[in-house]
Amino acid sequence: MKLVKKIKSNPTDAIFLFIVYGLVILLTISILYPLYFVVIASVSNPNMVASGQVLFRPKGFNLDGYQYILRDKRIWTGYYNTIRYTLFGTLFALLLTIPSGYVLSRKDMVGRNFIMKMLIITQYFGGGLIPTYLVVKGLRLVDTPYVLMILGSFSVFNLILTRTFFMNTLPMELQEAAEIDGCGIFQYFILVVIPLSKAIIAIMVLYYAVGHWNSFFNGLIYVTKSELYPLQLILRDILINGQSVDPDGLDPETLEHMKLIARTIKYGVIIISSLPVLVLYPFVQKYFVKGVMIGSVKG
Amino acid sequence: MTISVVRMEQDMKGKQRNVVTQTGRTRKWNSLSMLKKNWVCYLFVLPMLLYVILFSYVPMYGIQLAFKDFKAVDGIWGSSWVGLKHFKTFFESYQFGTLLWNTLAVSIYSLIAGFPLPILFALILNYVHNGKFKKFSQMVTYAPHFISMVVFCGMITIFLANDGIINHFLMLFGADPVSFMSDPKKWRHIYVWSGVLQNLGWGSIMYISVLTSVGPELHEAAKVDGANMFQRLCHIDVPAIIPTMVIMLIMRTGEIMSVGFEKAFLLQNNVNLNYSEIISTYTYKIGIQGGQFSYSAAIGLFNNIINLILLLTVNKIAKKVSDVSLW
Repeated sequence: MKLVKKIKSNPTDAIFLFIVYGLVILLTISILYPLYFVVIASVSNPNMVASGQVLFRPKGFNLDGYQYILRDKRIWTGYYNTIRYTLFGTLFALLLTIPSGYVLSRKDMVGRNFIMKMLIITQYFGGGLIPTYLVVKGLRLVDTPYVLMILGSFSVFNLILTRTFFMNTLPMELQEAAEIDGCGIFQYFILVVIPLSKAIIAIMVLYYAVGHWNSFFNGLIYVTKSELYPLQLILRDILINGQSVDPDGLDPETLEHMKLIARTIKYGVIIISSLPVLVLYPFVQKYFVKGVMIGSVKG
Repeated sequence: MTISVVRMEQDMKGKQRNVVTQTGRTRKWNSLSMLKKNWVCYLFVLPMLLYVILFSYVPMYGIQLAFKDFKAVDGIWGSSWVGLKHFKTFFESYQFGTLLWNTLAVSIYSLIAGFPLPILFALILNYVHNGKFKKFSQMVTYAPHFISMVVFCGMITIFLANDGIINHFLMLFGADPVSFMSDPKKWRHIYVWSGVLQNLGWGSIMYISVLTSVGPELHEAAKVDGANMFQRLCHIDVPAIIPTMVIMLIMRTGEIMSVGFEKAFLLQNNVNLNYSEIISTYTYKIGIQGGQFSYSAAIGLFNNIINLILLLTVNKIAKKVSDVSLW
């Protein structure tokens, strides 16, 4: 008891804890505040934001920015495109990752080491941008919606994660017992493996879906038609290139007003485009972390 | 009852296997029958293999472009060989020095600034015993990992604008406003430190998981011996994460030449091009925008090879020094 008291009143520990909590709070705020600021700036009076009056809470509440964003056809096209790319891309990714991850986790699979080596090589050496571009072009995938569903739908890292998960969760005895009962591999996969792997499927869905949602590079390289643009390309036009205004079909007066609220539009666009991720994030965060943990067991 | 039967069968199987594997011929036959039995296995990996061959291995075949003069009519195979012409052009071009230096500078700076911070964060977070606060701060610091690069760079440019929030705070504390985005010399710092903040939480997960696996007995024993928290951090926690640190360092070093294209590209403007043009953005402009496929492929290959050499070297050094390595 005395000992505990002695430790608790240890002055160096008190200083240590003070520094620890201070640092953690500082770092947390330095990340939380910018995100919070985007939210309050998107619903504030643009002039007050520009003059620095909006710092901690929204001022001059208005939703003009959002009204213009929702009227902007580019946003809707981008949203629609990204949703379909994400949906089909993620389904395709599961098809590529889960069955192969399971099979490669089986110790009796002949040639699995060869396949793993073949995959690892691609992690450290690749053809590069232009040869890959020529392959995609050769397959006649440039400027089609399929290219953005296919590319980004497989990652060796995710496959290794899935494989490690299966190696740790599926006991060899289970497979042997099923085999003795005359259960084939396909049957075993559907009836035993899939129901036992909800966690890894959830993790994979999230990893691939976020990857597709946020994907910018592939859209930039392989898509030139604006009706196929994913959301991120349209965001680039608005946020980086400063084309907040879709000049088509607007009278000069509105155009002038839009220039005024261009900044507000930017804040609003950030919110709207990140909405699905932001809303789901607190609930699914633990799966993301779980994925990293599975990976670190082997790594 | 049934369990014991299964056990017996397993035992028998094991014995049979031993007998069979003693002679080579029967073993071969065995794996052939395995193939027959397991054809479904190969069906399962087939889509994935096709994908990898198509999008990873076929492009490797296309690397020969770097040694040819590509003409669309002749195709990759039919175009004529030119040897190292494109490499020579690149090495002799006035951009070569700038590109290489920009790439290395931004990358090594990122490594030095970005590597220790997640480790420090994991170490101190380990001593935050308020569970709710700990969870909250983890949730917040992981969040930037899920924001798309376009949005992230958009936020940087808005916040650092002359009338942006950072300058408002500077003025609030009586400092003079700074023009961040129009000063090319600040580009590197903006690139690196925003990245440090973005990766702080996510990069720390690995270390946090290692730290939680350190047995509480060690800490208890150290407490009894009169060690304070800082001493425990230095002598228990730090040694525990050193192997993970080495692995991460090797992996990061192997990526030194592959600086993220997206961020550099998105933060580029005409003012900062002297600092922000890196090899990957240059290959994009030359190849995809300019149509000089062969020249661009050569630059890409050069980049790739340097990367590979770096990785192999660092891995070898790590193996000698600390017994920790990637393979």
